[in-house]
Amino acid sequence: MHPNLNTSNIIALLKKEFLLEFRQKTSLASILLYVLSIVFISFLSFKSGIKPDVWGALFWLVLFFAGINAASKSFFTESKARGIYNYTLYHPTEFVISKIIYNIVLLWVVCLCSVLTFGWMIGFPVQNVLLFILTLLLGSAALGGSLTLMSCISSKTGNSYSVMSLLSMPVCIPVMLLSLRLTKNAIDGLDWSVSYKYMGGLFIIDVIIISLSLFLFRYLWKE
Amino acid sequence: MKHWWWKIAAIALVLFSITMGFIGNVPRLDILNETIRNLYFHVPLWFAMLTQMGISWFFALRYLNGYNIKYDILSSRAAYVGGMFALPGIITGSVWATYTWGKPWVADDPKLQGVMAAMLVYFVYYLLRALIPDAQTKARISAVYNIFAFIMTFVFIMIYPRLAPNSLHPGNGGNPAFGRYDMDNSMRMVFYPACMGWILMSVWLLTILNRMKKLQYKLDNHESI
Repeated sequence: MHPNLNTSNIIALLKKEFLLEFRQKTSLASILLYVLSIVFISFLSFKSGIKPDVWGALFWLVLFFAGINAASKSFFTESKARGIYNYTLYHPTEFVISKIIYNIVLLWVVCLCSVLTFGWMIGFPVQNVLLFILTLLLGSAALGGSLTLMSCISSKTGNSYSVMSLLSMPVCIPVMLLSLRLTKNAIDGLDWSVSYKYMGGLFIIDVIIISLSLFLFRYLWKE
Repeated sequence: MKHWWWKIAAIALVLFSITMGFIGNVPRLDILNETIRNLYFHVPLWFAMLTQMGISWFFALRYLNGYNIKYDILSSRAAYVGGMFALPGIITGSVWATYTWGKPWVADDPKLQGVMAAMLVYFVYYLLRALIPDAQTKARISAVYNIFAFIMTFVFIMIYPRLAPNSLHPGNGGNPAFGRYDMDNSMRMVFYPACMGWILMSVWLLTILNRMKKLQYKLDNHESI
């Protein structure tokens, strides 16, 4: 059976993930390059300037595909032999918690870079900045949770990236729609009372996604 | 008679709802006019799809609890039947919308968005099953995707319309399913049998597909399940 659930194992796994990230800087750099080039292309495409609501849509699309890029790496790099080794050492829940936390933090970094690039090249029309930041935190947490599971599923099918984006698309529609609406509220600088229920909805989806990932991962993990 | 009475009931109910759907009395309402008859065809198809979605989800859970391939066959067949009912559902809806809303697809209706998400989930689920060759791995991976995606879709269908109550669907106030449809009692007399009939039809189709797939499995693997 599995070893017992242990917090120190989660911390060790997290440490390993971040250490790997810092040693092979290529993966983070490739994501940042991706964001930069996409933003530059959209800057060239919208010559007449980008309207605020288009800004929100563009922002979340860039974030979504950058997120897929980032999260897809989390299981493709795991070889089969190392998988079996991990299987003897860790509880599946420890493993998936560390992956989810890592992906969420990675997505937050991607968020920060997207905001900076967008602000630099296209402009930053957001009026209610605090609401926007909260939306980014909640929305990318939901994306991180579901993309982790989808990355694990698509790594089992063998052909990686295209399957990953196909699998994630329908699952992320609710997250994307709620985040888009909140972002639009933040851009328009609407009163907080308008956004509470969407915020609640996004939070509920966060909780559901993460608990489902924790529950379902043990079935994917076994070969 | 013991085992197939419900199949006769399904045929009778569907025939009744089709006949009465075209010749029965309907209230005269603005804009909707005679197109309100679409309620007898469009909505029951969605209910049948939701039933199949539920069956598929339930047996995916059963499969993960014990890895019995029997449940995977049932779960995947239910997903196929659900897709089969979703297509006519979306077509009847689009034809209706062309004449009442003026175009076949509108941008900001939460129900349409939910339905599109559900359809995408189905298609991706079929694709996922086609990609994995080994039967047990296929069953396990697709069961996980099934459970995750269908819960997300269900949450979406239940939560989102309440948050954004601007659906164009008739009789709406943020309610995802039965609203106060503009129905009178004579319409209910046709609507409920239609729902029952189409749901029974979908279950019948599921039992046939399930039996076929089981026989196929037996032939391929030389073992009975």
